[in-house]
Amino acid sequence: MNKVFHVMYDDDDTLKTAASQLVAKGIRVKEVFSPFPIHGIDPIIGVKRTRLGIAAFMYASTGTALALFGMWYFMISDWPMNIGGKPSFSLIENLPAFIPVTFEFSVLCGAHGMAITYLLRNGTLPGMPATNPDPRTTDNMFVMEITTEQNSLSAEALEAAIKETQLFELSIKDYK
Amino acid sequence: MQREAAIREPLILGNKSYKDITDDVVGPIQGPAPIGWKIMITISSIIAVYGVGCILYLIGTGIGVWGLNKTVGWAWDITNFVWWVGIGHAGTLISAVLLLFRQKWRMAINRSAEAMTIFAVIMAAIFPGIHMGRIWVSYWVLPLPNQFGSLWVNFNSPLLWDVFAISTYFSVSLVFWYIGLIPDFATIRDRMTKPFAKKVYGLLSFGWSGRAKHWTRFEEVSLVLAGIATPLVFSVHSIVSMDFATSIVPGWHTTIFPPYFVSGAVFSGFAMVQTLLLVLRKGMKLESYIHVKHVEYMNIVIIVTGSIVGVAYLTELFISWYSGVEYESYAFINRFSGPYSWAYWIMMTCNVISPQLFWFKKIRRSLTATFALSIVVNIGMWFERYVIIVTSIHRDYDPSSWGEFYPTSIDIGVFVGTLGIFLTLFLGFARFFPVLALNELKTILKSSGENYKKIQDKH
Repeated sequence: MNKVFHVMYDDDDTLKTAASQLVAKGIRVKEVFSPFPIHGIDPIIGVKRTRLGIAAFMYASTGTALALFGMWYFMISDWPMNIGGKPSFSLIENLPAFIPVTFEFSVLCGAHGMAITYLLRNGTLPGMPATNPDPRTTDNMFVMEITTEQNSLSAEALEAAIKETQLFELSIKDYK
Repeated sequence: MQREAAIREPLILGNKSYKDITDDVVGPIQGPAPIGWKIMITISSIIAVYGVGCILYLIGTGIGVWGLNKTVGWAWDITNFVWWVGIGHAGTLISAVLLLFRQKWRMAINRSAEAMTIFAVIMAAIFPGIHMGRIWVSYWVLPLPNQFGSLWVNFNSPLLWDVFAISTYFSVSLVFWYIGLIPDFATIRDRMTKPFAKKVYGLLSFGWSGRAKHWTRFEEVSLVLAGIATPLVFSVHSIVSMDFATSIVPGWHTTIFPPYFVSGAVFSGFAMVQTLLLVLRKGMKLESYIHVKHVEYMNIVIIVTGSIVGVAYLTELFISWYSGVEYESYAFINRFSGPYSWAYWIMMTCNVISPQLFWFKKIRRSLTATFALSIVVNIGMWFERYVIIVTSIHRDYDPSSWGEFYPTSIDIGVFVGTLGIFLTLFLGFARFFPVLALNELKTILKSSGENYKKIQDKH
């Protein structure tokens, strides 16, 4: 029977120390639930750097291209108009007047694209159920999730190793 | 763990733990509404309803019910628009610019300042909307395929840039604010006992569970959004100023407008943040989190931006004389000695002289003085926009078309009404939303909390 351990700590630094100790013993920490970002936990438990920043850049670049194409089509190609003698026959000549909207539209696409990607990747969307193992993890408690499935050690050996850390509470459940 | 110099004043006062921060912020949401809140929201919603009535009357009758005339075609409406957009700027400045500069004191004030931004931008957007007269065709400002030939909107016009700037600014601020709110809503969700409230906060929190990977992404998103919101906030008010600066009206046609408007916006925005937060901290007993040091930091921003505004006023005066253009010179002589000189001198006193009082440490750290001066600045900044807009156009090149502007009761009603709507929204926020970014605050407790700093000092 696979087991899942929810090890609760009452301090972020204690959890970090405990995580380092367990990882040093070759134990894989599946997940950490915390009320706020614990700085420095990612390399310990092997969380990779997010690529959301790259995504944002790509969305913003799409915005830039769309804005420039749109303004070229509206103002130069489809229906050029003489407005106060402003150049209306070439994109490059009319470009200074197009910079503000290009910028705004790039920001619009970059920000919203990144926000939507962030929500989708997290699976945090309206109506999604909460999956934190204990309601106290959004308040003042920090929980580490370890499963026998991801570790070669037996449940007993894992429990012994976990109990060596300065934990606050431990709950062991059968893994479905 | 991050350490902070012992000489720095702590940002969180008292003997606080992580749990205390949650209790202090979520407690008021769980408890019954205080009587003071009920009184305030009643008054503000009555004013809001009156404002909505004035707006409906205006839409039903036409903008002739305002005091506008052929000479002064922009007056209170655009003044109010620029004033409200300006107020909004402090929220983004606090949450984005101060995030980039790693200013930790922002964490106590960013949430409510961002809420203020969003509500202020909504109020601002009302004015150009209703100024169109036929608001039901307001979608014509968007480049939509149409049957008019196809007649596209004019992308050479700053008024159209403004449409893009304001809508981008509003929606990006909203997203920035909401992404920060999700973890805090989760905290409220997990503490709520009543099923309905739990359900509502559960929906609002999008199922947030605080996983390590999610927090990494959260920080990345906050940083990148801050990075793009920073140039955005500067661009928005620059574009607002170009509504004026690209015209050929003496008094408007100046190149210093963008920086001058942006610093004016930050100046008035911080003043509004002070006004609201000084009441909020008292009403919600958040004195340990928003205290004298935070007020002092904001007052320093007010001195800096207020001084930039002061320099801009003097530069305008000097350049109008130095340019040798008589129309330009007259526009400024008319400002300080013409029929609207009273407004000019209110502006000068409120915006140039009053913030200089903050050079005195006693005044800068006094909550009463700050509250009073913040209102003075808000009044001054309203008059700044009034002076720029009305006095520049009421006497232009052709003396036969000179005229004056007198506000009607509808002008006043709509403006006061937006104050009411704004306050109603803000009070609603203060009652049902986490007013502090409580989970972010927990990250600085160990480096900037009073009790933790004392322990550090002993070592």
